[in-house]
Amino acid sequence: MSETTQYATFYLDGLFLGVEVQQVQEVIRFQPMTPVPLAPAIVQGLINLRGQIVTAIDLRRRLSLPPRTGERRPMNVVVRSEDGAVSLLVDEIGDVVEVHEEDCERPPETLPPSARELITGVCKLRDRLLLILDTERAVNLPAAVVPATGTGF
Amino acid sequence: MDEITKEFLVESYENLDRLDQDLVALEKDPASRETLSSIFRTIHTLKGTSGFLGFGKLEAVSHVGENLLSKLRDGVLFVSPEITSALLATVDAVRYMLGRIEATGQPGDRDFSNLIALLSRLNDGEAPAPEAPAGTAPAAAPETPVGVAPVPAVAAVAPAAPAAAAPAPAPVDATLPAPAEPTEGRQPAVSDSTIRVDVGLLDRLMTLVGELVLARNQMLQFTAQRTDSAFLATSQRLNLITTELQGSVMKTRMQPIGNVWNKLPRVVRDLATLCGKQVRIELEGQETELDKTIIEAIKDPLTHIVRNSVDHGIESPETRTARGKPAEGCLKMRAYHEGGQVNIEIIDDGGGINAERVLQKALQRGLITGEQAARMSEHEITQLIFLPGFSTAEKVTNVSGRGVGMDVVKTNIEKIGGTVDLQSAPGAGTTLKIRIPLTLAIIPALIVTSGGDRFAIPQVSLLELVRLEGEQARREIESIHGAPVYRLRGQLLPLVYLDRELRLAPAAPLAPEAAAVNIVVLHTDGHAFGLVVDAINDTEEIVVKPLGKQLKGVTQFAGATIMGDGRVALILDVPGFAQGSGVLAETRSRALREGGGPVRKTVDSRQTLLLFEAGQGSRMAMPLALVARLEEIPRQAVEFSGVQEVVRYRGQILPLIRVAKHLPAVGETRLEGDPLQVVVYSENGRSVGLVVGRISDIVKVPITAKRHAPGNGIFGSVTIQDRVVDLLDVPSLIRAADPTFFGAATPAAA
Repeated sequence: MSETTQYATFYLDGLFLGVEVQQVQEVIRFQPMTPVPLAPAIVQGLINLRGQIVTAIDLRRRLSLPPRTGERRPMNVVVRSEDGAVSLLVDEIGDVVEVHEEDCERPPETLPPSARELITGVCKLRDRLLLILDTERAVNLPAAVVPATGTGF
Repeated sequence: MDEITKEFLVESYENLDRLDQDLVALEKDPASRETLSSIFRTIHTLKGTSGFLGFGKLEAVSHVGENLLSKLRDGVLFVSPEITSALLATVDAVRYMLGRIEATGQPGDRDFSNLIALLSRLNDGEAPAPEAPAGTAPAAAPETPVGVAPVPAVAAVAPAAPAAAAPAPAPVDATLPAPAEPTEGRQPAVSDSTIRVDVGLLDRLMTLVGELVLARNQMLQFTAQRTDSAFLATSQRLNLITTELQGSVMKTRMQPIGNVWNKLPRVVRDLATLCGKQVRIELEGQETELDKTIIEAIKDPLTHIVRNSVDHGIESPETRTARGKPAEGCLKMRAYHEGGQVNIEIIDDGGGINAERVLQKALQRGLITGEQAARMSEHEITQLIFLPGFSTAEKVTNVSGRGVGMDVVKTNIEKIGGTVDLQSAPGAGTTLKIRIPLTLAIIPALIVTSGGDRFAIPQVSLLELVRLEGEQARREIESIHGAPVYRLRGQLLPLVYLDRELRLAPAAPLAPEAAAVNIVVLHTDGHAFGLVVDAINDTEEIVVKPLGKQLKGVTQFAGATIMGDGRVALILDVPGFAQGSGVLAETRSRALREGGGPVRKTVDSRQTLLLFEAGQGSRMAMPLALVARLEEIPRQAVEFSGVQEVVRYRGQILPLIRVAKHLPAVGETRLEGDPLQVVVYSENGRSVGLVVGRISDIVKVPITAKRHAPGNGIFGSVTIQDRVVDLLDVPSLIRAADPTFFGAATPAAA
């Protein structure tokens, strides 16, 4: 048997994404958030995680996906980054899946550039594809700096 | 007891404790070179320090101990029980003497010659002397002569080492000299009173106290809604304890500023020698305490300032003598607490800052434009040295002059919430004053609401709060051309709306006229401005938490904090905010933006101008920055001093200059009514009142379409609101009216 890796999965605009389990600190439901005026658009706000202030990143915007619609509130996937904990806002939480390394490939070149930067691999699960997200890159500002605009939500 | 002796005692006791352990360990594992070296080092240090401090007896004992140890270490002698015992006896003797030193300042009068003799004999590879019961010292001396291993045989690691060397017979009574009557059986006080603690632990403690403060704040909000008196009393006590705990924990992280300063005399000495100068450094208030993080943050800026003072400030001995000053320059550093902040002053009695040269250099480097230069006050000019890319050193030395100096100093100090101010008197010296907060972790802040969100404003930037009720607000906020101002006791205060600056959710469309306006008057960098917020909530101790790297680019915020209700609130970075909203002096912000690059000829210099009419139909303007105050003075208050019109004004005599009279173009078509409209201009503590016809407007305009009409008190012309407006050349006008105004001011300030 080859090496396997565990991924915490979640959904984002119909995409099925995963991050390595070791990088996930916790998953929490929607938290009241303080918007940061003049912040880059991908920063949705700040949340209080038991006394720790955590920046919440709008992952849809980070991946240049259409904005979230409807009443559903996003979930927080709190990941550990070099700079401390950062929350990724996702649509819905999936299971933890175990993936064999040989099932994973490099992402196709046809992926839009905004996503290709962040997706490090594609794993072929039985019924669907799992996109592996590079959390360290995801919590960084996009290379082309998003002009400062009021966030608000 | 002096500080050095105290430190020596603390350190020695610590070392002795380790020595005890090491010696026992050595007995178990006599071959351990590591243990031996450690023991040797300890005794060696002890010997050195005690010799240095003049404790001869202590030195003598440790000296023989050291000799013995060095033989052990070098493998000449081998550890035997009697050697171990002798060493332990040495430790006890040392401990006794330290105890006496602590109690009386002297090593005591007990005689240790026996011990010394014993150690020497062991050192020579002999057996301890049979007996020497004389004196009070060794209670139980060895009873039996002990055969020490035949040294040479063992030392020569010959394979045929005589087995006889093996077990040393009948160990010396373990209590060679009685365990030096442990001073009443307790550890002396000095070592009891201090312990070494890992800084990481202190940081963790600080974080926890921060959390506690938050929880306390949260609880106090709940208690406000309760009436249960027992509960209220409990929470009140918790409140007090938390506050005290916070203070104490904060203290653990405090360090005297002397810790940073003590390196400076050396820096000054080396540098002075290098520059061929004589500089004496005086330190005052070394015991002033500051948070560790702040101490670290100011270390480099301070060193830099000191280097600058020695290199640029203090003149060479010859120049000094020629100027009638003592050949030796004096650099004085003062630190003191004031109003929850720490002030640090670096004062030199050098040449001061040559404003003319600074100005030339700034022009040459393209940091400012000619027009700006002409309008700058002396104080503003000295502040130019804080601009990036500025350096007046004629040549780049290896000391300073690379132009990466004072701006970095300023930014670093501002980063920790401090301010830098520079006062210079030509020929007499320069004073640099730094104000920094005591700590960064927990700060008092004003909580305000704007656009539905709360923001914390650090109290250090706060001057006062002004509330204008409905009608008053409409009348007194003069919002013209998009640049609202408020007359705060006659001073023009530019206003900034927090919600607009932060582009918050559109504030209630066209702020209801009836609502009150809350102005938070803030100061930064020597400039005051009013921040208009929706509501002022409260002051609170907040715990400053840094923002993530994604938000590093947002200079308007210094961090975030957690409020009593658990929500996050942003902390306003007042300098950053002022910078971002453009209320700071134009020169500085522009220079920062352009990174000190060459100034383009068509620089977009947006200026806030005061528009007025000097005479009939003559529209004139002067930079608002030059206006100290606007006053209305009744005609009958005008008196004469000689031929000069004056008024008594704030306990001074204010000379009046009728602008129209000095402008030939305006002629005699006077427009001066009653009361007189007076623009007060101040320079170097002297003021002059410019009487104008009518104050019409305050506008912020890009200065374009310039036509030079040199002289005659006119700078040039600008187009404002489709009309041509003459720019008044204030300094030249004043000089024309009162030639002594500037000239007389300079010596007065020196």
